[in-house]
Amino acid sequence: MVNLQVRIKDLRLKNPTILASGVMDETADAIKRVIQSGAGAVVTKSIGREPREGYPNPTVVELPHGILNAMGLPNPGVEAYVEEMKELTTVDVPVIGSVFSDSEKGFSFLAKKMELYGADAVELNLSCPHAHGYGFEVGSQPDLVENIVKTVKETVKIPVFAKLSSNVTSIVEIGKAAEEGGADGVVAINSVKALKIDVDLKKPILYNKIGGYSGRGIKPIGVRCVYELAKEISIPIIGAGGVEKGEDAVEYILAGASAVEIGAGVYYRGLTVFKKVCKEITEWMKRNGYNAVDEFKGVALR
Amino acid sequence: MMYPRVVRIHKVVEETKDVKTVFFPFDERVEPGQFFMVLIPDVDEIPMSVSYLLDESKGFTFKRVGDATNKLFEKKAGDLIGVRGPLGNGFNIHGEKILFVAGGTGVASVAPAVEKALSQNRETVVALGAKNGEELFFVERLKERGAEVHVATDDGSIGYHGLVSDLMLELVEGDSFDLVVTCGPEQMMKKVVEVCSKKGLDVQASLERHIKCGMGVCGQCCVCGGLRVCVDGPVFDGETLSKCRDFGLFKRDASGKKVYIH
Repeated sequence: MVNLQVRIKDLRLKNPTILASGVMDETADAIKRVIQSGAGAVVTKSIGREPREGYPNPTVVELPHGILNAMGLPNPGVEAYVEEMKELTTVDVPVIGSVFSDSEKGFSFLAKKMELYGADAVELNLSCPHAHGYGFEVGSQPDLVENIVKTVKETVKIPVFAKLSSNVTSIVEIGKAAEEGGADGVVAINSVKALKIDVDLKKPILYNKIGGYSGRGIKPIGVRCVYELAKEISIPIIGAGGVEKGEDAVEYILAGASAVEIGAGVYYRGLTVFKKVCKEITEWMKRNGYNAVDEFKGVALR
Repeated sequence: MMYPRVVRIHKVVEETKDVKTVFFPFDERVEPGQFFMVLIPDVDEIPMSVSYLLDESKGFTFKRVGDATNKLFEKKAGDLIGVRGPLGNGFNIHGEKILFVAGGTGVASVAPAVEKALSQNRETVVALGAKNGEELFFVERLKERGAEVHVATDDGSIGYHGLVSDLMLELVEGDSFDLVVTCGPEQMMKKVVEVCSKKGLDVQASLERHIKCGMGVCGQCCVCGGLRVCVDGPVFDGETLSKCRDFGLFKRDASGKKVYIH
């Protein structure tokens, strides 16, 4: 009998598919709909201290092999987001609160709020590729990453995950810094810094010009990052980037991931992507004689 | 693919002093009630319902209210815009006799639905509301096509003196309709939907929300238990709306914060 349950530190997931931050997660109702669609856990929109409107449109375009976005971290601010979090206290899957800041103090303040609001874990956004002063501009410095994780760990009891960027010379170095700081796990990768120029308008298509590329086109980059991290760190890794089919998730798990996040896949296959991916993982496991996800985790590393 | 198609505006028509229609070449099929994300270069990309459905071209009719619409208002034939769509579900026109209720610029999205109903030989009654006679548009267009058009103005300068939702009450009292279709300010649509659910009338309303991605991913436009206006809507039926706690009560601004509707 195939069992899809996975355990990441204190979190028990009924399956290894997790809703990625920034997708269908602005309101409690939307998140509940994703949970009904089969996600094993959900990550909230990335929340900051103050409300942010984000960038004007175009904020998202589809390209032949992926999706390019520069939302600009829109969020209602942590005080207003409590309203959504309150409604999620009754759901039966782990809710991971994503937060972004530009300092250790800011991150720990937000993480504490998320813990108070009932989050089961917190994901530190150290990797947004298009918001000035935040995201990977913070997350590309190993010392800063270590200090941020350490400060947050000293503040909250819930598990702390660091979401990493591939837009660095060595993601392993950043992953090690997060581990050194006491992170309970890392998430790799966030969207990849990218640009699309429209040849009719003769200018960048996104309002913010630079965006983050996600979806099918970045999967090999994500899998490579997970593979490299898995060889060097011992804390759990959550894979992200281009998961839309069961075999994509399997690839990440073979590379050493404990679970995967799905974002762009919601566009490619609809909200039922979670159920579909789980069904396809199950079929693959049956074909390959596995009964539990742990049995093939990291097999490709050997 | 969800990428703006850059098109050259080929005609601009002034409907009122603040309302214009822009026509652009687009020969694919579009349903009444569907919308496009319209890219006004360097300013924004905003949702707009189609107001004209011709074989070779389509049109948007809009009022200048913000940065994007003000910029679009200045555009002339030959200028470039981007269009991404058609998006959303559109109206599901059915039944022998249909009542259309539109307030303000809501008539822009209702007009092609009226024309579709008429082309299918359905009996078609239209109630249009505006602040005053000068802000009304498309009345002649719809009359010429053969619709029975009633008009309400807040100041009574033309037609019924009062709200179009009150005019609608009178129209449904004396007649029976198989379907009511509405688009306009949300408080007005809320009243229309309430009247319909009391009377057991089938109703469809087109909702407007802040839309960012337009492809069902970002969650910005979610209403009523996680329904996305951009892909699950923008048209919702009375049954869905009656259970919807947001409808007529609040919207969300660009940050995702609740903004109550007055």
